[in-house]
Order: sequence, then structure tokens, then C-alpha cells
Amino acid sequence: MTLFPIINFLLALVSAPLLLGVINKTKALFAGRRGQPVLQAYSDLWKLLHKGAVYSRTTTWVFRAGPVVGLACVLVAAALTPFGGAPALMGFSGDLLLLVYLFGVMRFFTVLAALDTGSAFEGMGASREVQFSALAEPAFLLGLAAVAHVTGSFSLSTMFPALDATDWSQAGPALLLVAAALFIVFLAENSRIPVDDPDTHLELTMIHEVMVLDHGGPDFAFILYGAALKLWVLGALLSGILLPVRTGFGVIDSAIAWAALVALAAAVGVVESSMARLRLLRVPRLLVGAVLLSGLAFVLLLR
Amino acid sequence: MNLPIDSVMLVLVVTNLLLLGLSQLRSCVHAVAVQGFALGLLPLLVRQSGGPTVWTLLVVLVTIGLKGVVFPKLLQEALRDADVRREKRPHVGYTMSMVMGFVALAGAAWLSSRLPAFSGSPSTLAAPVSFFMIFVGLFIILSRNHAVNQIVGYLVLENGIYVFGVVLLHELPLLVEMGVLLDAFAAVFVMGVAVYHINSEFDHVDVDQLDKLKG
Repeated sequence: MTLFPIINFLLALVSAPLLLGVINKTKALFAGRRGQPVLQAYSDLWKLLHKGAVYSRTTTWVFRAGPVVGLACVLVAAALTPFGGAPALMGFSGDLLLLVYLFGVMRFFTVLAALDTGSAFEGMGASREVQFSALAEPAFLLGLAAVAHVTGSFSLSTMFPALDATDWSQAGPALLLVAAALFIVFLAENSRIPVDDPDTHLELTMIHEVMVLDHGGPDFAFILYGAALKLWVLGALLSGILLPVRTGFGVIDSAIAWAALVALAAAVGVVESSMARLRLLRVPRLLVGAVLLSGLAFVLLLR
Repeated sequence: MNLPIDSVMLVLVVTNLLLLGLSQLRSCVHAVAVQGFALGLLPLLVRQSGGPTVWTLLVVLVTIGLKGVVFPKLLQEALRDADVRREKRPHVGYTMSMVMGFVALAGAAWLSSRLPAFSGSPSTLAAPVSFFMIFVGLFIILSRNHAVNQIVGYLVLENGIYVFGVVLLHELPLLVEMGVLLDAFAAVFVMGVAVYHINSEFDHVDVDQLDKLKG
């Protein structure tokens, strides 16, 4: 039983880029294309890691630190995330705050690195990223707080394994609201379609992509891998709420959670194929909606 | 907690928040239709002992038919005639409206906790949700300019009173319920006709500009 946290952590490290492949494959299927191979992200990472990095003379150490700090943060976040009914690699009371703010630190350094280049485009992307994440963060925190209230514990490692079908029958509406809010946060934080379009390279509309334009080679590999892991971490939390299946066998639980994550990635692909990006002015409204859904869940539970 | 009733309450709250946040008038009408459907199911869920009677079924059918189908249809007709797709400039912005909605929900929860408990109420959510809907209806009527939105606000207000009646006083005579529904129908019908005439007379349905006489 003690091995499962380690196995799950390794599983996250190995199969996180696969989720990107699943999303792309789903989108290709909807568009009637054959699409890139499912394992394309691995090849991209491999290729980027073997390239050299080019640094502009105007940048400082902040620019070089950005991707490294980002990857470090998301690695710690992955170690904090419970998966498939097993506790996380590490956990303590209140680690949900650490998880949220690890993402905050990651974003802060990405933004600093973008500003360090002095490019006008990157500054614009940084401004948008900060604006939207400032709205996504309360939704995330309130949602996690609501789950903490349901399970009566403040550690992710005890919260998520404690969730089960009885919680759904007792607090189903609230959990559903939390799941809806976290899904919006999941899309916004991973810069997926209603908020940001990961495929477009039109400077005026992109948010996350524009911030990392000047990174190349291994640095960009770190950023890509960090983004994949972030997708995995947030997806694991979301599917942990939506599908708390406990069979008693760790292997089966992990397998079910893994399948749920792949299904979630496919669902993201469906959302991306069937929706257009929201206008930038309307994104805050969506995110405020997510905050309200989380807050509503919390109010429901407090009564 | 009573799960089916609470789920309906949740639908009501979420549709209200949508109404506050959506700018497309057509989506607002859809949201009100969904709200009407959810609302119509309530009498079935409340009276579980001994199965639903014929009268309950009749009330359910008439409510769903009016609030879920007829009213939205009338509103859509009015929208098509008016040829306006979204509210031009509401007095309160959409994001702010949603925040106000949340404040209204908190206020409603506080207010209903101050009231003496309704004995035998099947759901603890019913009282706050019905107050919330009344607040939201008033807020929509006050803060939006478009005449169709004002009808929507009126409908939400009426729905809130309906929730209060069905869940909290669950022995409302059939005659009263039918009378209320008929009143609402007449009101929406008259307002729909009024919107049509305002539109054909003034070429707009912005109630803020209706303070000038036209000869």
C-alpha cells in the first residue's frame, strides 16, 4: 500500500504528455483529420531537449530562471496530488493552500521571464495571464475549501481518498457545483479554449503562448512538460471529485483514475472542437461565474 | 437534505445566475424556460405520500406548459418582432450583476434564517431560494432597459413566489394556484402585446427612452 504514492507519482511523470496527445487526437477526429500521433508530445520534448538555447543579450538571469522554477513548482504540486484513492507522495494539513500558491509562484516566474524580455507582446500576454488567474484562483480555493468541508480534513492526501459515493448522495449538488467550477478553472489555468487557444499563434489573441515565445530548446521543453504536468495535476483533482470509485484494490483504483483522466482529456478535446474562444472581454465574466459556482457550493454546505 | 428537491433548487439558482450574466436576450429567454420546467416539477416532488393525485398532475402540466413553453414562446415572438439581440447598455454591468446575485443569495440565506422555521418544510433550501428569486426578479426589472428583459424579471419574481407557495405552504388550494397562473399568463400576454406595439410605434423597446410623447 505504501508503494502506491510513488507509483502514482511516476505514472504522472511518465504519462502527463500523453494527455496533450489525447486532446489533439480528439480534435483531429472532430475535424476529420488524421492528426499528429498520440505520442507527439514526447517526440517534441525529446527534440527540444537536444537543442541548444538562445538567450537574448537584453535578458537577465530571471529569464533563465523562469522555466526551471516553473517546472520545479509543478513537480512539487504533482507530489502533493493524491491519485486514485491513494494518498499523495507527501501531505500535511493545509497543503491545499500550498498547491494553489505553487501554481501562483509558477505563474509569477513565467510572467517575470516574459517581462524580462522587454517585448511588448509578451508584456501584453503577461498582463492578461495575471488578470485571468487572479479571478481563477478564488474559484479554485473556494472549490477546494468546499471539498475540505465535505470531508472534514484540510490535507489533499486525506481529503480526496475520503471522498466516496456516500458524500455524493449527501452533498451531491454542492460537489457537482464544485466540479463545474473546477472544470472552468481547469480550462483557464491550462489555457484551453474558451479562455485561451493553445493552437493559435496570433499575437493579439493568445495569452499563455505569447509569454513563452522567446524561450527555446531545453527551456521550452521544461515549459511544455510543466504545462502537461499542470494539466495532469488539475485533471487528477477534478476526476478525483467526479469519480471517487473505491474498489479496495489500489491497482484498479489507479487504473480507473487514469482512464478518467484520459476521458477528461478527450472531453477537453470535444469542448475545443465545439466551442469558439470567448472574446477577451467576456472571459472575466466566465471566471467570475466559476467563483460564484464555488461560492454557491460553499454556501450550500454551510447551511 | 432532500436530494430531488435540492437539485431543482440548484437548477433555479444557477438559471438565475445565468440570467444575471447573459447578455443575449435569446439565452435569457431559454434560461427562463429551463427555470419554468424545473419549477413545474416541484409539486410532484413535494407531495410524495400516497402518490400524486390527478389535481397535482394537472397543476404540474399547466405550470410546465405555461412557464416552460407558452411564456418563452411569447417572449421569443416579441424578440423576433423587436429585432434586438442583446441589451444595449444595462444600468449595472453583467459581471457586477452576477456579484450582486451572489450578495442577494447571501442576503436571502440570512433573511430566511431569521424567519421562524416552517414546520414540515421538505427542503431547507426552499426559503432562501424563493427569497433569492424574488430579489433577482426585482433586480432584473430595475437594472435592465429592454422591455423583454423586464418581462423576464417579472417571471422570475413570480417563480419565486410560486416556489414559496409550493414548497413551504404545500397545501395551497388548486383554485388559488390556477388563479395565480392565469394572472401570470394574462400579464405576460398583455406585456407581449405591449412590447409589440411599443416596437411598431417607437422603433425600439428601450424603456428608458419611453419618456417622450409621440403624436
